[in-house]
Amino acid sequence: MSARENILQRLRAAPQGTPPLPPDVPAFYAANAGAVGNRASRIELFCEKMAFWHGEVVRVTRDGWPQKLGELCKAKGVCSLLHSEQHAAALRATGMAGLRPYDRPIDGWKKELFEDTDASLTSTRGGIAETGTLILWPDANEPRLMSLVPPIHFALLEADRLYDNLFAAMSGQGWSGSMPTNALLVSGPSKTADIQVTLAYGAHGPKELIVLLIDAEEKP
Amino acid sequence: MNAQQLQFVPASEFKQRAAVAVSDAHLRSSFRGAMDFLIGKRAAQFPDPVLLERQRGLAEHIRKYSLARLPELLEQLERKLTENGVHVHWAENPEQANRIIIDIARSHSTKLMVKGKSMVSEEVELNHAMADAGIEALESDMGEYIVQLDGEKPSHIIMPAIHKTKQEIARLFAAKVPGVSYTESVDELIGIGRAVLREKFMTAEVGLSGVNFAVAETGTLCLVENEGNGRMCTTVPDVHIAITGIEKVVEKLEHVPPLLGLLTRSATGQAITTYFNMISGPRKPGEKDGPREMHLVLVDNGRSQAYADEQLRSTLQCIRCGACMNHCPVYTRIGGHAYGTTYPGPIGAIISPHLLGLAATHVLPTASSLCGACGEVCPVRIPIPDLLVRLRGEAQHDARPGHAPLLGQGAAKSGLVDAVWSGWAAMYTRPALYRAFGWLATRFRALTPPLQSGWTVGRTPLKPAKRTLHERMAARRVR
Repeated sequence: MSARENILQRLRAAPQGTPPLPPDVPAFYAANAGAVGNRASRIELFCEKMAFWHGEVVRVTRDGWPQKLGELCKAKGVCSLLHSEQHAAALRATGMAGLRPYDRPIDGWKKELFEDTDASLTSTRGGIAETGTLILWPDANEPRLMSLVPPIHFALLEADRLYDNLFAAMSGQGWSGSMPTNALLVSGPSKTADIQVTLAYGAHGPKELIVLLIDAEEKP
Repeated sequence: MNAQQLQFVPASEFKQRAAVAVSDAHLRSSFRGAMDFLIGKRAAQFPDPVLLERQRGLAEHIRKYSLARLPELLEQLERKLTENGVHVHWAENPEQANRIIIDIARSHSTKLMVKGKSMVSEEVELNHAMADAGIEALESDMGEYIVQLDGEKPSHIIMPAIHKTKQEIARLFAAKVPGVSYTESVDELIGIGRAVLREKFMTAEVGLSGVNFAVAETGTLCLVENEGNGRMCTTVPDVHIAITGIEKVVEKLEHVPPLLGLLTRSATGQAITTYFNMISGPRKPGEKDGPREMHLVLVDNGRSQAYADEQLRSTLQCIRCGACMNHCPVYTRIGGHAYGTTYPGPIGAIISPHLLGLAATHVLPTASSLCGACGEVCPVRIPIPDLLVRLRGEAQHDARPGHAPLLGQGAAKSGLVDAVWSGWAAMYTRPALYRAFGWLATRFRALTPPLQSGWTVGRTPLKPAKRTLHERMAARRVR
């Protein structure tokens, strides 16, 4: 018999008492997760938590973000910015130098990505207020490594897509029916406390995370 | 087999190691400091005890529910993953697991495999098996990288290098990493690790990771981490191999948030880690990065033995947060290496007998004062103290009728101990015998030996009183 059959047979042979009922996770959250409140308090909580993780939040407008991003890149000395096709036009309009679209498979330019790319810009699928978390949904247009390899990661977040907690985001966006090859939750820049419990940022991933929070209700 | 011997530490050596560790002031202060820090951070995350109990109740329910349906959930997981393009393998023991991984690596002519944190890969001694096969297996979690560089094993499941000071790490890097000079700056030390490992991520053909939760309904493997090395290992190399114990599966994606929220808060006092990585398959046509090939290795290695017993099954509820270690007065004083097993501390004492057998591990469940702290902080309410007592018993007697013997059942059986207990039972159930013994013990008290084994190491010898309590009470009444 194969290992698979042996293992399953051993598990099936084990005595089973009364099986527990399925856990009612939605009911738990309905009863116990204190609602964060209205839109404004969700935004406030998200900003507070993201700051706690050493992520920076910059409030921008729907039309003004490329300009703001250009300024931030300049201030941080970013010479090359990796971006996806969907943001190409908006970024080009700012006249920024060093724009680099992620337009071909990684295999041909791994070294360039690792050693010669200062920053990246990705969109997000939303955010989670309770923990100061971004939801990233990489795809063919915005591949997985964009948010991992460059030392600075800029992420666009729509304020209207903030959820109270992970469960609310998961059920609100119907994740279980549409998981991509890789979905990610990101809360701040990469970090470690493996040496004497001393916190250090930029362990393997980005050293800085800057959230460009698009708030349509905000007046420019 | 070679690999297993390296891991194997004879039971008798635990006490010697513990004695050495407990008199190492430097090691004790390292652990004490770090554990106190983690205890404080965890406590700050759970300000409302009523809510915490509700959260623990739900998490326990989810784990018990998942285990009750384990065989069908494993089949569902396999089906979904296969649909998603992931190859699923099953391994009954470390040899099979290592063979599967070596074969995959060889089929790609791999020279270098980068590893994210995986305790199951430590459990099966994968690194040694890979080295024997001529393939370098490089740890990329900072703590794991440090202990591997020094030829050690992790001393804590969440913080592998917690036993080392920054000075020791500075000396280690200066000696072992080419072109690096001595620095005690933690930022610089991490920078050195980052530079070395980024080079490796770029060139490795195969990446290996563990799994924190495997979701059956979607075929999703979830990974919890702060550093980003797990993402590197699972995204950059052409091949991703995940390895996990068969108990990690849950039915639905919605079962993950309650467990995740308790895992990170219990482990390091974080509301969430920097990255929560949900992987459901290899690179799809048109996608520009991600592995082209993905494998999952499901490892039994004694877990089905725990599963076969309804009480011992609760061992498998574990989500590997490490809170039981952080709160254990024994672990805090002796550290992780003294245990000599992959999983140290209270969880190690209850899982290791299933992985390695009671013959090698029966002393571990005795390394507890049964204070109950581990059970109190366990986010999934594993009754750890009850299981410690149960395993102590299983090591002392043969299998009870109707129960299959555990691996190494009765390994600590001793004729002398059995005789002493039979004598004790006889005396305490027969009043005449009890009084006779009391009379003898008090009259011949001068014969009590001055050296009484472990008792007199730090205490004055025990000596019976001049008269028994019965006699003294009788004398009082007469007066």
